[in-house]
Amino acid sequence: MAGSGPPSANTFLASGRGPRLLSGGGGRRAAAVSTVSTVVVLAALVAGFLLAPGSAEVRHTFFSPHNMWQSFVGNPSKGYYSVGEALWLNVRMFLVAEVFILIFALVLALIRQSTSPVLFPFRVLALVYVDFFRGVPVLLVVLAIGFGVPALRLPFVSAQSTAVYGTVALIITYSAYVSEVYRAGLNSVHRSQTAAARSLGLSQFATLRFVVLPQAVRNILPPLLNDFISLQKDTALVGVLGAIEANEAAQIYSSTVFNYSSYTVAALLFLLLTIPLARFTDRLIDRDRQRRLAGAAT
Amino acid sequence: MSAGQPGEAGAGSIAIQVEGLRKSFGAVPVLNGIDLTVASHEVVCLIGASGSGKSTLLRCLNLLEPISAGRISLWGHDVTAPGVDENLVRRSIGIVFQSYNLFPHMTVLRNITLAPVRAAGVPRAQAEEEARALLDRFGLASRENEYPDRLSGGQQQRVAIVRALAMKPQVMLLDEVTSALDPELVAEVLDLIRELAAGGMTMLIATHEMGFARDIANRVCFLEEGLIIEDAPPAELFTAPRDERTQRFLRRIIAAGRL
Repeated sequence: MAGSGPPSANTFLASGRGPRLLSGGGGRRAAAVSTVSTVVVLAALVAGFLLAPGSAEVRHTFFSPHNMWQSFVGNPSKGYYSVGEALWLNVRMFLVAEVFILIFALVLALIRQSTSPVLFPFRVLALVYVDFFRGVPVLLVVLAIGFGVPALRLPFVSAQSTAVYGTVALIITYSAYVSEVYRAGLNSVHRSQTAAARSLGLSQFATLRFVVLPQAVRNILPPLLNDFISLQKDTALVGVLGAIEANEAAQIYSSTVFNYSSYTVAALLFLLLTIPLARFTDRLIDRDRQRRLAGAAT
Repeated sequence: MSAGQPGEAGAGSIAIQVEGLRKSFGAVPVLNGIDLTVASHEVVCLIGASGSGKSTLLRCLNLLEPISAGRISLWGHDVTAPGVDENLVRRSIGIVFQSYNLFPHMTVLRNITLAPVRAAGVPRAQAEEEARALLDRFGLASRENEYPDRLSGGQQQRVAIVRALAMKPQVMLLDEVTSALDPELVAEVLDLIRELAAGGMTMLIATHEMGFARDIANRVCFLEEGLIIEDAPPAELFTAPRDERTQRFLRRIIAAGRL
C-alpha cells in the first residue's frame, strides 16, 4: 500500500489468513488461490519423491502394501506379531501412566509451591527430583528401571512385567515435566483470586480445588496436551525392554521379513492416536472460550 | 470466636477493636500502631493518600495479612491470638476489593454460592435461593448465568459485594470498591453501599470518594504513614479538621476538585 489513498478492495480480499486453517480468509478468489497453491505444493512433493533415483526401492521397503498388511495383522507362526495388536499395549501404558502422572506431578508442583517452613526438606527433594528427571534421557530411565529393579530380586517388586517397569519409568520421568507445567499454571492464577477465596472463609484446600486449579488447568491445557502426545510416542521406548508394543512388533517384523513397511504401519497407528487427541484439546479450548464469551449457558 | 455467633450484639456494642496494630512488609513499616474502635451498625470511612495503609488495615482485619504486633478483637474475641480458626473469623467479616476479584471461570450464581456451599455447608438449593434473593434485591436478577467478563465493572463490583453478603457477615470491609470503575458506574455501587448502611450493616470503608464519605459515614478516619491522624464525625473532619496534616490533605483534595 505504498502511495496515498485508501487501499483497494482487492487488498483485503486476498489477505488470505483467516482465524482457521481451512476457512482461509474471505472471498472466492482467496479460496481458489489457496486450492491451487495446495495442489502445486503437494504435486511438487510427490513428484520429488517419485523422481528420486532410489524411489522404487524406498517405496518397496517402506510402503509395500503387502508388507504393511502382513505386519498389521501379524503371524506368530512366522515369528512376528501384529503391530496393530501391539499398539493396544502402548495405549494401555499411556492411559495408566497419564492418570498417575496427573496426580503425582500435581503433588510435586504443590510441594514446590508451598511456603510452610515444615515442608522445606520436601521442597528441596522435589526440586532435586524435577531437576534430575528432566535432565536424564527417558531411555536411560526406562533401562535403569527395566533392568535394575528385576535384578534386585525383591519379592513382588522385582517380579513385574517389562511393560510395568516401562510404565513406571515413564511416570517417573513425565511427572517431572508435567509438574513444571502445573507450576506455570498455578503461577498464572493471580494471587488476588486466592485472597478473594480465602476472604470468604474457604479453606486452603477448597481454594485450591475450586478456584485456583480449575483456572490453572484451563491455562495449561495446550502444553499439557503437548506432553501427553510426547508420552504416547515415548511408550515406544518400552520396547527396548522386550515388551511387545507397536514399535517393537514393527522391529521384529522388519528383522524377520527384511522390510521396513512395518515401521510405516507403526507410525500411522501412532498418528491415529495423537491427532485425535490434538483435535480434542483444540475443541476443549474453543468450547471454553466460547462458553465464557457467550455468557448465558450452563 | 468460640462464644457463638457474634451477630446478636446490640447497637452501641463494640464490633471491631484494634489496639496498637503494626504491620511491616519486610523492613518497610506500613501500619505504625493503629488504634480503632468500630461499634455495631456504625459506618466508618478511612481516607488518606495511596500508601497511607488503608488497604493493609482492612486486609489485616480480614486476617489476609499476618500482623507484626498489636491486637484485633471482634465482639470481644481476640482473633489474632494463636489457635484462632481464621476461616471461621473470615465468615463473619466480608471484604470487597478494588479489583472485584470475581472467579472468572464461574457464573455469577456459582461465584456467590461457592463459599456458602463449600465453607459454610449450606445445601446448594438453599444457597442458590438465597443468592437469587440477593441478586434480585440489588437489580442483578437477570445476570445469574452470566460469566463475570460479560458484565460491566459496576455490575461485577455489585456481584462481588453480593458474594461477600451471601456469607451473612456481621461486618463488611470495603477496600476502595469504586476506584477501578468508570465514573458513570460509580453511582450504582455507592447506592448499594448506602442501602447496606441503611440496613444497619457495620462497615469499614476505605475510599477516595470524599463526598460519599461525608454522606454515609458516622466517623471518618484520616490515615497518614500508617497512623490514624484524626478520627472525627464527617461534619467536623471535613469542615474543621484539627490536625495540620489533615488540613493539608483536604486542601489537596479540594484543589483536585474531589470535594
